[in-house]
Amino acid sequence: MRSDVTSAPVAGPATDPPALAGPPPAVGDVPAARRRRRPRAVRGLLVALLVVLSVPFVFPTWWMATSSLKPMSEILRIPPTLWPHEVSWDAYADVFALQPFAQQYWNSLYIAALVTAGTILVASLAGYAFARISFPGANALFVLVLVGMLVPAEVTIVPLFRMVNALGLVDTHWPLIVVPIFGAPSVLATFIMRQFFLGLPRELEEAGRMDGLGRWGIFWRIAFPLARPAVAAVAIFTFLKSWNLYLEPIVYLSSRENFTLPQALTQYVDAYGGPMWNVQLAATTLTVIPVLAVFLVAQRQFVQGLAHSGLKG
Amino acid sequence: MTSTPVAARPRVRTARTRGSAAQRDRAVGYLMVAPQVLGTVAFVIVPLVTVAWYSLHEWNVLAGTFVFSGADNYERMLADPGLRDSLVASLWFSVGLVVLNVTLALLLAVLLDQKLPGTTTFRTFFFSPVVVSLVAWTIVWGFLLQDDGGINGFLASVGVEGPNWLRSGPTAMLAVIVVQVFKNVGLNMILFLAALQSVPEEVQEAARIDGAGAWRRFRSITLPLISPTVLLVSILTVVGSLEVFAQIDVLTGGGPGNSTTVLVYYLYQQAFRFNEFGYASAISVLLFVIVLALTLIQWRTRKRWVHDEV
Repeated sequence: MRSDVTSAPVAGPATDPPALAGPPPAVGDVPAARRRRRPRAVRGLLVALLVVLSVPFVFPTWWMATSSLKPMSEILRIPPTLWPHEVSWDAYADVFALQPFAQQYWNSLYIAALVTAGTILVASLAGYAFARISFPGANALFVLVLVGMLVPAEVTIVPLFRMVNALGLVDTHWPLIVVPIFGAPSVLATFIMRQFFLGLPRELEEAGRMDGLGRWGIFWRIAFPLARPAVAAVAIFTFLKSWNLYLEPIVYLSSRENFTLPQALTQYVDAYGGPMWNVQLAATTLTVIPVLAVFLVAQRQFVQGLAHSGLKG
Repeated sequence: MTSTPVAARPRVRTARTRGSAAQRDRAVGYLMVAPQVLGTVAFVIVPLVTVAWYSLHEWNVLAGTFVFSGADNYERMLADPGLRDSLVASLWFSVGLVVLNVTLALLLAVLLDQKLPGTTTFRTFFFSPVVVSLVAWTIVWGFLLQDDGGINGFLASVGVEGPNWLRSGPTAMLAVIVVQVFKNVGLNMILFLAALQSVPEEVQEAARIDGAGAWRRFRSITLPLISPTVLLVSILTVVGSLEVFAQIDVLTGGGPGNSTTVLVYYLYQQAFRFNEFGYASAISVLLFVIVLALTLIQWRTRKRWVHDEV
């Protein structure tokens, strides 16, 4: 019995993210080789090493949150203060005073939600059909779709901008919603859904057919509800991807009330273009903390879902 | 599934209606894949073809020129010192990132595999930046790395004068790499951890009995067994590293000078700062060719690995 990380592939029954684990651990002869315990001192040293290594991962978040509460006079003080001597909420008031931050927050939120829902729909439909239904040209179409995984967003940004511009959709949210749902970003989702449905036992569907369900019925009533783990993985990485999108918003959007969060965060600058640190950090804290909170609650799903997207490249 | 006589009756009925049912099934199949297929054509294939077409044009949006110019943009690329610098910057970035990222990811994975107290908490720590927005993470690090920021502040309080990290060439590149490493190393760590946990313990045990020390066992047993994962993760990290954009834009703006202007950032500048859409398209084609080559290598190694497995 090994730890609970990702040895079990995420997307359900018999997925093969073709990489990951090496040969599966032998089943029969586990307890024989119980790991010998290291001496206490060595274990202590290793834990100390882990603590030191944690600093660059954890400290920035701490520093962000505490600095956002410091008054301007304290924020760059030497020696630095690990905890604000004097707590000031001014920066948080400025976050909303200087930009339509609530509106920008809402923009990011609703765009990411729409993209996530749309991607789940498009990807499960396509993934199911590619896995289960045989129709002429299915393989060719699948290969065509996979091209989407080969093309980094930066390669097509010029023609896409041209397209969006020609349609008069610059400075609207349309390109940030429609392109990810149907274009390259959803292809990985389709791939993962297909892998899941390939591993779903056909008998489950046979039963539905006996009960007189058609193809749509089988998909909606049987296959899709069973795909919950794969859908969760897709939902997590799709939401985060949209939430974090940066290049596309700065290319397409030009007015403040349309900005999304990553773009808005960089806009808190003074008259000379220097960043207003406390305000910027307050806004950053407001964007980071909710996501971190959800992560801590649903950690397992996050790790598995993102490990999948990490395989893409 | 037991084939009892009871089950025979519905089967006969499906056989009779198979013709039209199969046809309907096919139609449903096309309908189901249509959104993804049409979307891929509209937002991937067509842009890919048009970007290649644009790259053969002299096209400045501001000047309003759009003239067929053959291979001019490509010849310009060959002679452009800015492009050469950006390729060099990309190379440094990719190499630095892969080396640091893979080494650290392996180290963290090995440490987490030791069944030490608090392992779950440490795993949470190392993974948490992965879910933090990239721009947010970069802003915080930018704040830490300012000349008068946190890192130099802490250095000053122990009497060391730190460099102005983001304003001198080598340290700026190092800063961009390190920020990216800490952001995403958790992902590779998880992939390595899964690989490590698939190494059979009996092999380790046998080597231990033969008197192999910990380092020796790692070098001679663990590392070879997980090497396919290491290779795969390295290539994926390289491909991902080519797409670095937000960190550069937020942290250094490509500077100082153009020391951190990587290929994608150069492409962005050409298109959206200098309005050179034709030339930017040619750079896009170059970027695509590089990514394609790396991906083909990745597929090949993956295939070989799967073969080794069998």
